[in-house]
Amino acid sequence: MDPTQLSLVQAHAWLSSRQISARELTAAFLERIDRLNPRINAYITVDREGAMAAAQRADDRFRNGTATPLTGIPIGVKDLFCTENLTTTCGSKMLARFRPPYESTVTRKLKEAGAVILGKTNMDEFAMGSSNETSFFGPVRNPWDTERIPGGSSGGSAAALAARMAMATIGSDTGGSIRQPAALTGLTGLKPTYGRISRFGMIAFASSLDQAGPMTWTAEDAAIMLRVLAGHDPKDSTSIQAEVPDYVNTLVNRLDGLRIGIPEEYFPDSLDRETRHALEEAQQVLRDLGASMVSVSLPHTRYAIPTYYIIAPAEASSNLARYDGIRFGYRCEDPKDLKDLYTRTRSEGFGAEVKRRIMLGTYVLSSGYYDAYYRKAQKVRRLIARDFQDVYTGVDLLLTPTTPGTAFPLGEKKDDPVAMYLSDIFTINVNLAGLPGLSLPCGRDHQGLPIGMQLIAPVLKEERLLAAAHAFQSATPWHQRKPEL
Amino acid sequence: MTYDPNYETVIGLEVHAQMVTRSKIFCGCSTTFGAEPNQQVCPVCAAFPGVLPVLNSELVSMAIKTGLAIQGSIRTRSEFARKNYFYPDLPAGYQISQFELPIIEHGQLHIVTDDGVRKRIGITRIHMEVDAGKSVHEGIQGASWIDLNRTGTPLLEIVSEPDLRSAQEAGEYLKKLRSILRYLQVCDGNMEEGSFRCDANVSVRKLGQTAFGTRTELKNLNSIRNVMRAIEYEAERQIDSLESGGRIVQETRLWDANQNTSRPMRGKEEAHDYRYFPEPDLPPLVIAQERIDTIARQLPELPDAKAERYRNDLGLSEYDAGVLTSSREMAMFFEETVSRGAQPKAAANWISVELLGRLNRGGMEIEQSKVTPEQLGRLLALMQNNEISGKMAKQIFDIMFESGGDPDTIVQEHGFKQVSDTAAIAAIVDQVLADNPLQVQQYREGKTKVMGFLVGQIMKATQGKANPASVNAILQEKLSG
Ligand SMILES: [Zn+2]
Repeated sequence: MDPTQLSLVQAHAWLSSRQISARELTAAFLERIDRLNPRINAYITVDREGAMAAAQRADDRFRNGTATPLTGIPIGVKDLFCTENLTTTCGSKMLARFRPPYESTVTRKLKEAGAVILGKTNMDEFAMGSSNETSFFGPVRNPWDTERIPGGSSGGSAAALAARMAMATIGSDTGGSIRQPAALTGLTGLKPTYGRISRFGMIAFASSLDQAGPMTWTAEDAAIMLRVLAGHDPKDSTSIQAEVPDYVNTLVNRLDGLRIGIPEEYFPDSLDRETRHALEEAQQVLRDLGASMVSVSLPHTRYAIPTYYIIAPAEASSNLARYDGIRFGYRCEDPKDLKDLYTRTRSEGFGAEVKRRIMLGTYVLSSGYYDAYYRKAQKVRRLIARDFQDVYTGVDLLLTPTTPGTAFPLGEKKDDPVAMYLSDIFTINVNLAGLPGLSLPCGRDHQGLPIGMQLIAPVLKEERLLAAAHAFQSATPWHQRKPEL
Repeated sequence: MTYDPNYETVIGLEVHAQMVTRSKIFCGCSTTFGAEPNQQVCPVCAAFPGVLPVLNSELVSMAIKTGLAIQGSIRTRSEFARKNYFYPDLPAGYQISQFELPIIEHGQLHIVTDDGVRKRIGITRIHMEVDAGKSVHEGIQGASWIDLNRTGTPLLEIVSEPDLRSAQEAGEYLKKLRSILRYLQVCDGNMEEGSFRCDANVSVRKLGQTAFGTRTELKNLNSIRNVMRAIEYEAERQIDSLESGGRIVQETRLWDANQNTSRPMRGKEEAHDYRYFPEPDLPPLVIAQERIDTIARQLPELPDAKAERYRNDLGLSEYDAGVLTSSREMAMFFEETVSRGAQPKAAANWISVELLGRLNRGGMEIEQSKVTPEQLGRLLALMQNNEISGKMAKQIFDIMFESGGDPDTIVQEHGFKQVSDTAAIAAIVDQVLADNPLQVQQYREGKTKVMGFLVGQIMKATQGKANPASVNAILQEKLSG
């Protein structure tokens, strides 16, 4: 069997029993990247030497008995996690040659667990986008249909994994950037509770919404990854101080007694017919596993997009002020004075979508508009969070579609930002409320493209998401489907 | 320009005080002043991508201390905010500060005005914020140097109410505030090094008018003297302008200490929309009441309370109590002197007259005194025990002040020992009486004034070493005998 087709759990068994060495496994993935990446463009940087050296160390750990479930596992990391001395671009010309002198907490934890980082995956510039078309390094193509987008902003992480150019990947999710591409490429994508995984060294888009998370083939693999990544970090004051459970031990095959809420607002008339059908079938599977379905309402759902597109750009406009051409990153040629340095560096270094959001954010924070926009959005954000709190008094999880439809063709929404923004309509509220959400495949459309469904849990109840997803995957084949390449 | 008694000046001060924490506000970099440029910088304070601030808890304690010292209310839940503007020495493009919910509100301190009246000055708020780096424009053609060492140094911004009515009051307020911060050991108060900076908001209005006039903000005031001069200049400028039919433009003005004048900052330099919003990288700061209580219990005695104690318990004059509590160092000097056996009043007198007089003539601060409080205490104790005379004490003190040294040693080396031996003094008295029969006669006829002459003769005969009290007693006895 081709080792690149293994799940993380299977690969660990192979490595433990010396059926394969970490170097062989890594080499197989690097070979596959060489072959497929030119078509898919999932990786911006491939770190061959670093990966082989890490694989060597992994083999040593298997020999001396210090291996962990992630030791020797080849992983792709979204290119906004700073990696010491390895170029970290954030998908932008601004950071095209930026080599951080420090390591993000996420990559440090992966390395300490013995994982092999294959390289840095493509993404929408500064994570701003839903199709991976805003990357300075070109669009990523969906392995299921290379004329279609893979979703975004973690499009490279999704496509790399779907094309089996990694065994697991790391994404980040500000408004759906893990779950939406996972849905459009047939993967399991987990956005944990805000603050569950440290943001240190993760280049900020919108600080109060950003959250790292794993993208995997199975919920079981996600559980293994989350176990390593989660936990308080003294370097991130917004990371949560709470015990990290053993997410693998809490996986189950039956869902008896589980109450799943079906929020009516997430099934509008405009919902894609095939997606609706897949979700109905999924509900039947869940009922067969012992769960019960309860109709619920989240009345403030419709404010998601306007609220998000005030708060996220506001924070971004400030977070991205540091890219001024002075200490690192792109700097324009021959600035004639300070203003010229700022203006040209930022005009030339940022792409159109980033500039659009900086302008939006600057506007909503500006004097005279703050109360009407930012302050009001914060109030609505609290109402949205309260909707969820209210609903969780009667149900354990929520089930919704992840996206309004399946992967759309490249270029289709590129010049229509509002249409693009609407593709995150089902995922954004989860970020606004700081909740954990997970997308997993639950069907396919008539073109064979994956359809995803989203489970949403109360704060810090990731194990509930993973357990339900695992039970569903034990009863369905969707997560095992692979694109032909 | 002349002072116009029909107008009153209204002043509010904004002080930026650097806190003497060991490390910077949001990272582990050192805050030591004077390091080589860009040697105290890390990815966090240089605002590299993806880094996050972690609040220095020592700073929070210092802010609480300061809040308690000015009798402010301490918010158990305060919030950080970002103040956004572009400048090369502000690496993040925003300053982390506090805006809507500052840590301290509604404080006050008291000053003594020119007419000796104690006056309350309100303190609107104190908030924590981060200092920027430094831009250096000299020594390079067509470019600027950026030094980020200071970036991330913690500041308290202390904003007064517009309660000050003259340059003198502003000066007194600053001295009192600085003294409080130094008592608390949270700020070194050094205006030249920029660790204690002040901006002044100044307006004028006709006496009796209740509405405030249009104010201007004065910047670049790097000493208390400059603050006072700039306020005087600005008040006169505004009055002249109003009297000649003009109106005041709300603007920021830079003080030029060399020219004794101020000029408006260019519009571009000040036209900022700071776009404040809550800092998403730091959760709201929640302070437990127990923490505040603990700090309150450990708060040192502050100048006003100390002065009151000096007056009530030690019997010092209002003036001496004021002088001795004007700085923590002065008060410590005084208390240490007293603890070595000096009587409080004598110690107060010697410090404020003898020591400060000499220090002021030499342009020195009390920290630079060669005389230690232990030594002064010992000197005064020698005097109180009649081992030396007051006159000798002053001579010994001169030597101590100039060259340093311990009074006992100086007494030994210079033979300053006072003669208190009654028999020895009696012998000299007998001799002097025998040598001056005329004066003895006059005394016995009731001209008691000659007593002074006789004492002088005895002191002369003993080269000033005789104990004056003993001399007096023995002389009395012999004359009436
Ligand atoms: Zn630092």
